[in-house]
Amino acid sequence: MDEFINLKETELRLGLPGTENVCEEKETVSCCNNSNKRALPSGSENETESSTRKTETSPPRKAQIVGWPPVRSYRIKNNIQTKKNETDHEVQGSYVKVSMDGAPYLRKIDPSCYKGYSELLKALEVMFKFSVGEYFEREGYKGSDFVPTYEDKDGDWMLVGDVPWEMFLCTCKRLRIMKGSEAKGLGCGV
Amino acid sequence: MALRLPSKVLKHILSFIDSNEDRNSVSLVCKSWFETERKTRKRVFVGNCYAVTPAAVARRFPAMRSLTLKGKPHFADYNLVPDGWGGYACPWIESMAAKSPYLEEIRLKRMVVTDDCLERIAASFKNFKVLVLTSCEGFSTDGIAAIASTCRNLRVLELRECIVEDLGGDWLSYFPETSTSLVSLDFSCLDSEVKISDLERLVSRSPNLKSLKLNPAVTLDGLVSILRRAPQLTELGTGSFAAELKPEAFTKLSKAFSNCKQLQSLSGLWDVLPEYLPALYSVCPGLTSLNLSYATVRMPDLVELLRRCSKLQKLWVMDLIEDKGLEAVASYCKELRELRVFPSEPDLDATNIPVTEQGLVYVSKGCRKLESVLYFCVQFTNAALITIARKRPNLKCFRLCVIEPFAPDYKTNEPLDKGFKAIAEGCKDLRRLSVSGLLSDKAFKYIGKHAKKVRMLSIAFAGDSDLMLHHLLSGCESLKKLEIRDCPFGDTALLENAAKLETMRSLWMSSCFVSFGACKLLSQKMPRLNVEVIDEHPPKTRPESSPVERIYIYRTVAGPRMDTPEFVWTLHKNPEIGVSKLAIK
Repeated sequence: MDEFINLKETELRLGLPGTENVCEEKETVSCCNNSNKRALPSGSENETESSTRKTETSPPRKAQIVGWPPVRSYRIKNNIQTKKNETDHEVQGSYVKVSMDGAPYLRKIDPSCYKGYSELLKALEVMFKFSVGEYFEREGYKGSDFVPTYEDKDGDWMLVGDVPWEMFLCTCKRLRIMKGSEAKGLGCGV
Repeated sequence: MALRLPSKVLKHILSFIDSNEDRNSVSLVCKSWFETERKTRKRVFVGNCYAVTPAAVARRFPAMRSLTLKGKPHFADYNLVPDGWGGYACPWIESMAAKSPYLEEIRLKRMVVTDDCLERIAASFKNFKVLVLTSCEGFSTDGIAAIASTCRNLRVLELRECIVEDLGGDWLSYFPETSTSLVSLDFSCLDSEVKISDLERLVSRSPNLKSLKLNPAVTLDGLVSILRRAPQLTELGTGSFAAELKPEAFTKLSKAFSNCKQLQSLSGLWDVLPEYLPALYSVCPGLTSLNLSYATVRMPDLVELLRRCSKLQKLWVMDLIEDKGLEAVASYCKELRELRVFPSEPDLDATNIPVTEQGLVYVSKGCRKLESVLYFCVQFTNAALITIARKRPNLKCFRLCVIEPFAPDYKTNEPLDKGFKAIAEGCKDLRRLSVSGLLSDKAFKYIGKHAKKVRMLSIAFAGDSDLMLHHLLSGCESLKKLEIRDCPFGDTALLENAAKLETMRSLWMSSCFVSFGACKLLSQKMPRLNVEVIDEHPPKTRPESSPVERIYIYRTVAGPRMDTPEFVWTLHKNPEIGVSKLAIK
């Protein structure tokens, strides 16, 4: 059986098949913090992005993983059709998803329910139990580790508060409350 | 001294044995029992179409009347098997056409079926009665027309979630003009419209029709007209349940349903408008099976419907039912045996799914007969799993999909090891298990130790090391199918437990750390396994130690298959020859 126990051959490595490029950041599972996620080994046809490789400047979306969640494509196809029909029936209100870094689940709000930024931000603060700091036109939000951002129609991540409220209502697709070092690039106070 | 039963007596005894598992055991007793059994087996089941050749099957079972075949691995349902992998029905149909002309029933799952194939079936089997295609692809409505027109004794024609090239609704008019022997017709997966008049006439001249599943193109008006002509239906798949709200429409619909006094199973209900649900109230008390998984009905409307379904045994629903709705199910549907809750938004990003672990706990507490669960939600807790296991030790199938990969117990931040340990230990009759969430090797040690009757196990994004696989392969005695994706183990466990693989139907591993070298070694070590490497990049161009994208290992007496596409390599048994497609003697 000795020939099977060849340490090099069975060495656990991450990296695309065919490359010697070894990603040294193999994280061990820590039981304490659920954001310590192991990088997904890439190997499926559609690119899956390791959550440890943060190469883009904009916040990375959750990786698109092929075949996950495990729902038959037949059912997904039908769901899409159903959703299309649903939006035909939908009366009014455009809910957007709100995520906060570190929070286990997303929320949904209708920004048009609020009269302006201060109401919106207050509502978010209550929802996620954080405080947002003070907004400055040039420097962004100061005084907090949390920065509210939103994704606009072009797919770019913007700082909440820069554009007039009406414009924001039209272009906001989703909200994300960034935390910590990631938020630095957008002018958050230390 | 061996006691020999006269074969007539043995034949008579065997006529009472239906289960193929039992018949397989009977075949192993001695040669004469093998011979008598094989000559009397009518229903043949082949779980992996590449495990044995069609000719061998035809030869062994001359009395075969019903053939069931499965092709692609289960993970093909989730796009993990590239198109063109295989699973072709044609060689089987060809062989049976020549050797088993008395074949009456064909059931295929996850196979590629062509129009030629269907035409061949229609032409070759004079007494053909039953065609059931599940998750199949490769054919068009022309092939269906051929079956409809030629098979004069056709009783069952069911297309379940197939991908069909839909050339229009004409196929329906190909059924014989005289009365048909149809008992069951399912065309719910077809897209295009059928002429309602064709359908009406078909239903009118099919006096034995008990099960009818329409496609979404059939409107409510069409449905009413059909129900009037077929009040004897026991199973109904409605078409699209959306229409303009007219009071007369509602009354007509209600009346039509209330005349269907034998209806036990209801499905379809695409786009159902909640205002139309009360039309179903009259059939609810008799329903044993309800599939609402395509209906975007929300909570209060759902409960109104479900609280009338006191005899319900099987419920498929979307997560729009919420925990509250499941609480209602727990109190009204005391006969429930099977529950499936599907995600209404199956995206990785959709983490605002309205059901939580509490919903499943309610049902586990309230429904004593619950034995089969498929549940999608965002996160779970060990405590919930422990409660479920304690309340429902009679669970036979438990498939939990925590959508967030690596999600721990969200209350304690621990892995879900303890929870799945409780399931494995408590549910002693568990036959099928799918795990998810954050799981360490320990979880698999528990599963290996306790889940002795589990036959099918599905794992994704779990475990820490080779130990995980080792625990499973060395512990789970009844394991027949193991499918794994994105888990960090590799060669050692696989090679050490190679012998186990011959006792299983198949093993699928994708995005793990199995190297090409190990695959080759395994293939050499185990001549009766086909070790298939499914990889976009030719394995020969990479170092042997680099991981392969997917491997599919299955036992076979047919040798390597000859129909592999260019991205599949069946590793040759002879290391000198390397990768090849030659058959081995």
